Amino acid sequence: MTESPSYHGRSVIKPPVWRPEIPIYFFTGGLGGAAALLSLGARATGQPVLARRALLVGAAAEALSPAFLTADLGRPERFLNMLRLLKLSSPMSIGSWVMSASVASSAAAAALELRARAPRARLALECCSASLGPAMATYTAVLIANTAVPAWQEARRSLPPLFAASSAASAGAACTLACPLAQAGPARALAALGGIATVAIGGLMRRALGPLLAEPYRRGPSGLLRRSADALSAAGAGLIAAPGRSRARLSTGAALILAGQLSLRFAVAQAGGASARDPRQTIVPQRQRQAERVS
Amino acid sequence: MSEMVVGLDTSAAAAARAYGPEARARVGFFTDTSVCIGCKACEVACKEWNQVPAEPHDFTAESYDNTGSLGANSWRHVAFVEQSDGAAGLRWLMSSDVCKHCTEAACLDVCPTGALFRTEFGTVVVQEDVCNGCGYCVPACPFGVIGRRERPHDGRAFKCTLCYDRLKGGHQPACAKACPTESIQFGELEELRERADARLGELHAQGRSEARLYGRDPGDGVGGFGAFFLLLDEPEVYGLPPDPLSTTRHLAGTWRAAAASMAVLVGATVAACLGFRG
Repeated sequence: MTESPSYHGRSVIKPPVWRPEIPIYFFTGGLGGAAALLSLGARATGQPVLARRALLVGAAAEALSPAFLTADLGRPERFLNMLRLLKLSSPMSIGSWVMSASVASSAAAAALELRARAPRARLALECCSASLGPAMATYTAVLIANTAVPAWQEARRSLPPLFAASSAASAGAACTLACPLAQAGPARALAALGGIATVAIGGLMRRALGPLLAEPYRRGPSGLLRRSADALSAAGAGLIAAPGRSRARLSTGAALILAGQLSLRFAVAQAGGASARDPRQTIVPQRQRQAERVS
Repeated sequence: MSEMVVGLDTSAAAAARAYGPEARARVGFFTDTSVCIGCKACEVACKEWNQVPAEPHDFTAESYDNTGSLGANSWRHVAFVEQSDGAAGLRWLMSSDVCKHCTEAACLDVCPTGALFRTEFGTVVVQEDVCNGCGYCVPACPFGVIGRRERPHDGRAFKCTLCYDRLKGGHQPACAKACPTESIQFGELEELRERADARLGELHAQGRSEARLYGRDPGDGVGGFGAFFLLLDEPEVYGLPPDPLSTTRHLAGTWRAAAASMAVLVGATVAACLGFRG
């Protein structure tokens, strides 16, 4: 089945042209979105220390995000062209609006928090950024799944939960690092749960993709990144979930999870490139689809 | 404000409705590869008319094709395939590839700035002064047509415009004008489809059963091509996808998966805050 003709072994589709800024943005944007949600959750359940730390961590991660996105543009000075219109058929258009509103509201809420001013306005801004948080955590998965890249498009059911879990793990880990031990409970839970969930969802995703399309997640540089991500996340989750209150152990676990999730974002990005460059990945599933239609 | 919100239907038919009385008959190419002689006059005419920059060519050492593929700086690409098949001897396949100007164009759908748009002729064109080089159209195209032109301080996306400026002036596109064998035929899409059906019948009557039309069927995964082909072998032999699909068709389902994930994320966060209170 893998023996299919191609044009001099050349790829049929073009690989993504995005540079490393984009997987880094997947990481910072997702972390920021999930942290905003955690912050409001902590606020609502009477945990002001965690709420404050998560708000600041999330706002910092989100504040970095537009810089990464803009740096990757072919014409960075035209970033605002993203906001010429709202286009429902383009996840990047929807995402640009979500990100702009999210960054603005989380930055303003963080400024009010630091100056201890206008608590009601701050709460309103927090509600705004927290309500956009889940979209920040998942729209990038919709964006890449909505391409012709087989290892992304055929993973369209798995990538959104994978990115949601990765965002929860990253936000949980970052807030575990930023929060005093006694108040870090919810952050620890999210970090461990999210970290394990990324390993599990990734495994289900590879199984659903089948041997050919899962190849970029198993072999080559993208496969190595994915395996490292799983190992780091599992080890980090183990350290964080184990009972006891050792600051060093918790911090190590959180750092491992952050490294694992960053590695996961790079693995997914590079798997897309590898998938697009391999003509079999495009041709063989399309032939199968045709055969199924006929039979 | 309502004009700033663009819905999901960006198809050629929707654009024709939006243009109203300004809409023109949809035009395109029928590329009959059975008469292509591989002269590359189309590649040259396109570069000259559209002022597409030259690139330092690699010598591919695979065939007479040193262009390689369509891209930001190659809007026509002549593919060369040499097949040796024992008793049948040697066969050359030559085909001038081009942007398909899809009825449902994924590049246009995903473009966040509106730089890519549907013209009054039903073709798909990038506005150079709007594109900010986000690169989303590049992996979205199921044919690998559109590319980002990588230059210092400029990485915008470019592809075939079906010579929009020439169409406006009542001329045919440069490649069709230059083609010496009428392998590249320009015209109204409906008429081209009839012409292609007749040509296919002619070839089949001659016993050339390997001839097939590619992209003529409006029922395919991109709603039919505005620029379609007569091929003499499977599409993948020419580097074309056998069953292309506009990714936008899956978009609603992907958002549903995302919505479910968002709900679980909210639930997990609430549970963590309640269950592991400090």
